[in-house]
Amino acid sequence: MGSRASSLLREEDIEEIKKETGFSHSQITRLYSRFHSLDKGENGALSREDFQRIPELAINPLGDRIINAFFPEGEDQVNFRGFMRTLAHFRPVEDNEKNKDPSAGEPLNSRNNKLLFAFRLYDLDRDDKISRDELLQVLRMMVGVNISDEQLGSIADRTIQEADTNGDMCISFSEFIKVLEKVDVEQKMSIRFLH
Amino acid sequence: MEGTSWDLALVVFEVWLSVVLGLIVLPAMFGVSLGFTDLYVKALVKTLEWATLRIQRGQKEEDAVPAHLPNGIIEKDDGSMEEEIGELRRSHPKSLAGGDFTLCDAFYFCKKGIESIVEDQVTQRFTSEELASWNLLTRTNNNFHYISVRVTIIWGLGVFIRYCILLPLRVTLAVLGLSWLVIGTTLVGLLPHSNVKTWISDLIHVTCYRICARALSARIRYHNKENHPKKGGICVANHTSPIDIVILANDGCYAMVGQIHGGLMGVIQRSMVRSCPHVWFERSEMKDRHAVAKRLKDHVADKTKQPILIFPEGTCINNTSVMMFKKGSFDIGATIYPVAIKYDPQFGDAFWNSGKYNMVSYLLRMMTSWAIVCNVWYLPPMSLQDGEDAVHFANRVKSAIARQGGLVDLFWDGGLKREKVKESYKEEQQKMYSSMIKGRLPSHERQDCEV
Repeated sequence: MGSRASSLLREEDIEEIKKETGFSHSQITRLYSRFHSLDKGENGALSREDFQRIPELAINPLGDRIINAFFPEGEDQVNFRGFMRTLAHFRPVEDNEKNKDPSAGEPLNSRNNKLLFAFRLYDLDRDDKISRDELLQVLRMMVGVNISDEQLGSIADRTIQEADTNGDMCISFSEFIKVLEKVDVEQKMSIRFLH
Repeated sequence: MEGTSWDLALVVFEVWLSVVLGLIVLPAMFGVSLGFTDLYVKALVKTLEWATLRIQRGQKEEDAVPAHLPNGIIEKDDGSMEEEIGELRRSHPKSLAGGDFTLCDAFYFCKKGIESIVEDQVTQRFTSEELASWNLLTRTNNNFHYISVRVTIIWGLGVFIRYCILLPLRVTLAVLGLSWLVIGTTLVGLLPHSNVKTWISDLIHVTCYRICARALSARIRYHNKENHPKKGGICVANHTSPIDIVILANDGCYAMVGQIHGGLMGVIQRSMVRSCPHVWFERSEMKDRHAVAKRLKDHVADKTKQPILIFPEGTCINNTSVMMFKKGSFDIGATIYPVAIKYDPQFGDAFWNSGKYNMVSYLLRMMTSWAIVCNVWYLPPMSLQDGEDAVHFANRVKSAIARQGGLVDLFWDGGLKREKVKESYKEEQQKMYSSMIKGRLPSHERQDCEV
């Protein structure tokens, strides 16, 4: 329940997170309560086990990849700032944001950044290319044991063929964007907050 | 000097005991209500309403942070996997030659995963429910800051009343009630088997539970008493805390089912079974499903024995939802009498978070709450229909209870409180997704994928 949860989050922190992620004050306090309730060890940071404890996430075929996205390279703990930064990718895009100050940098929830998040789900070794092996690995996670290796192989080959424009048998980020240019990323990769 | 202070203490104690006995225990045993609890609850309701108004007024001046969101934090799409992925693919130029996979399929799993990180249906069931407005107990004080002097004074008064007046009273009652149970049942156990013995045994059980109910300042309302469980049947109810037993047994006698414990619990269990048959298991026996089923069947077959009381969830849930019912009790072939119990969290949170509090701290928390107010609905009896299996029957009963109590009907297992979720659920998801890819393959390749 976190009886002192909201008091551990200082106003300055909330303001900083607001600026960085664009979440509102009430959304930040709500998400802090959630962070606190997931943090069983009560040490201000979440580990991979804390995420695995969510049953709906544990049964998600891509659960492990999604959890990985929260942890920066080589680290085992994510603090609240990191948690919010990752969740910020899924904030819906509001119209009035499109006219904001361009020098402020691209917001975390821009279409580009949403696509980058999805790209990184496939690009396991972070070399900015989705190789055939990486694609196969993710496909295997999604289908389990229900499709044979050969079958999966031809699906992977076809997908790469479709997307690959420069002939390097890999999908780069720009090729990824091109293939998915008609997909409504803003809607499909956003979470609708009720408040 | 020493002598007189001890005498004084003794006199005070005697007066105290006679007041308690005369005004509470005796009426309780005869099922007579002197109306104290009702008055108390009415006064409480007025006080809490007043406090709520003051708090709301105070909050309007600050940044209004909604403390309690009954519908959750986020709005989720209700579509199935097929619908959602179908929508994703609609905007993507499909190549007809290949199997039906597109890179944007991952978006579906990604979004679902992130949604479950922000808010999921299961983990929230194992902690106490959040209140819409503060009920002047420190333990529920989440987002409510200092409001005004008056609210703080009332809160302080509340602390004094609860800890210094109500707590000693309640502890006395609980001790009296349990001692009465142990002594009474042991004495009755000495009698030979007869109708008189059963009648006295029932009386002792009911009076003990009535005293215990007073010990919690419980105000229970029973609905549809005509559906009260009958002998030879099994009563199933949703489980929130050990207090459920007191709540239900106030209105009738049940045969309890459970594991034999050591210590005080064990003493109580062993004396109870001397006067009337309960179904206690050794820990080793619990693992053997057939042995358990056999004992339950034997008990149910004997029409002179009281109906069995079982909580099929197997663990305490926080009274906002009903989780998976274990099918064991639904396989016996007896008539099931479903009962829905709903506590009003405003007066005291009855949920036992066994990971956080042990039994003693839990009982102390119960006895320092305002009161336990709850509603009990007896639902019409249900039995296994033709061609129905135990799992389906269990789900049917679960839905009926959830509907009556206004609780969320979940298929998740209450055991997830402590254990990991079964791999088979993930495998189901994978199978579903695979059928979406397989389905559109050209025929010569379809033979390859039969794994």
